[in-house]
Amino acid sequence: MEMLDRLLAEHPFFKDLDPRYIKLIAECARNVTFKAGDFIFREGDPSNKFWLIRSGKVSLEVFAPGRGPIMIETLGDGDVMGWSWAVPPYRKQYDARALELTRALEFDALCIRGKCDEEPKLGYELFKRFAQIIGQRLQATRLRLIDIYGGRS
Amino acid sequence: MAVAVKPQTIEISADPMVPVPYRVLRVRRETPDTFTLELEALTSAFGHPSPVQTGEGSGVRAFAPGQFNMLYLFGVGEVPISISGDPAQPEVLVHTVRAVGAVTRAICALKRDEIVGVRGPFGSAWPVAEAVGNDIVIVAGGVGLAPLRPAIYHLLNHRHEYGRVALLYGARTPKDMLYKRELSEWRGRFDIQVEVTVDAARPDEWRGNVGVVTTLISRANFDPFHTTALVCGPEVMMRFTILELQKRELRDDQIYISMERNMKCAIGFCGHCQYGPNFVCKDGPVFRFDKVRELFGKREI
Repeated sequence: MEMLDRLLAEHPFFKDLDPRYIKLIAECARNVTFKAGDFIFREGDPSNKFWLIRSGKVSLEVFAPGRGPIMIETLGDGDVMGWSWAVPPYRKQYDARALELTRALEFDALCIRGKCDEEPKLGYELFKRFAQIIGQRLQATRLRLIDIYGGRS
Repeated sequence: MAVAVKPQTIEISADPMVPVPYRVLRVRRETPDTFTLELEALTSAFGHPSPVQTGEGSGVRAFAPGQFNMLYLFGVGEVPISISGDPAQPEVLVHTVRAVGAVTRAICALKRDEIVGVRGPFGSAWPVAEAVGNDIVIVAGGVGLAPLRPAIYHLLNHRHEYGRVALLYGARTPKDMLYKRELSEWRGRFDIQVEVTVDAARPDEWRGNVGVVTTLISRANFDPFHTTALVCGPEVMMRFTILELQKRELRDDQIYISMERNMKCAIGFCGHCQYGPNFVCKDGPVFRFDKVRELFGKREI
């Protein structure tokens, strides 16, 4: 548990979070490893986990009939993966596949949601951080929508 | 008062408005609509003057990374194209051209031994001398890698003079990437961090990053207090790149961008490329960001 606390405290995602809360969150976390090619989750799965990637690379994919899987985002060292655990209907919207050996901290979302209900301040802190992640993903998606590499001759 | 008047030799090629004929040595297809041309001054093709001799009239002109030439096709027109070759080998002029209009389409259709007119080099350069001793982060989007390649060559040729070097490159798909072979060569070196990303890809065609180029900036290794950033791509890409660099605590005077405008005369006479108080052809195309911050992103400039 001690080591998990330290890993969490050092991660930029939890920067400046009250050590008391770090301890609470750590109770919901464990270390996991995925081999290259492993599916971490599939579209439609219940969303009851999220991950902090410590090292490795994961691709989020959509399967399109006739076109096969399309990678829409890759996540790597230090990235947070998964936010659908935070909002109903708590379902995964993409496939996630490890592209290489990937080590991560895995969080039990039911456990986290329970702690947030007990400690609303923790819930607020956590949701502020996840809102930032969601905003970043949205912005990256919009930049691709306007095809930012298009215009130059 | 007597003034010693040196007899002047007037060379036609010394006139910046007169194109010098160059011969196409080879054409390489980079992507379906983008081609790299290698050109050689026609005069040196006849053995004199020596192709390694540089200076006016020799047909070989030294250029600085980031500068551009005007390429002229008789009866079609003239366009500004940045130089994308190695500044240490100015005898071969290298241009990467994307076929987007009448002139660029005709240039991309050129074959070996055909002739193209060249005026230049013109414009400002990437600050490779000022950046000595600094970490360098290079951010390129799409065809924006072409004007940066001479700077990359320079950095690698003088690698010991710089700190860490990171090259971040984004393209729409793996097929739209320029200089793929060189990118993987650079990626294999121990002394440069190369991160490439595409907007979307199939897992069987791409094993790298997927996402916009701005997402790579948080992964680049550099010390924000001693870093120079070189950025080139479409303006909207540069805008979002600058925001990310600012998040990494780079100041505006550490960021350099290369602008694109409709250059005609290339020597600051005609005003076609006016950008606020600047002419992109003469004061640019490379600007330190703090100098154009007020104009950048404004509409109708």
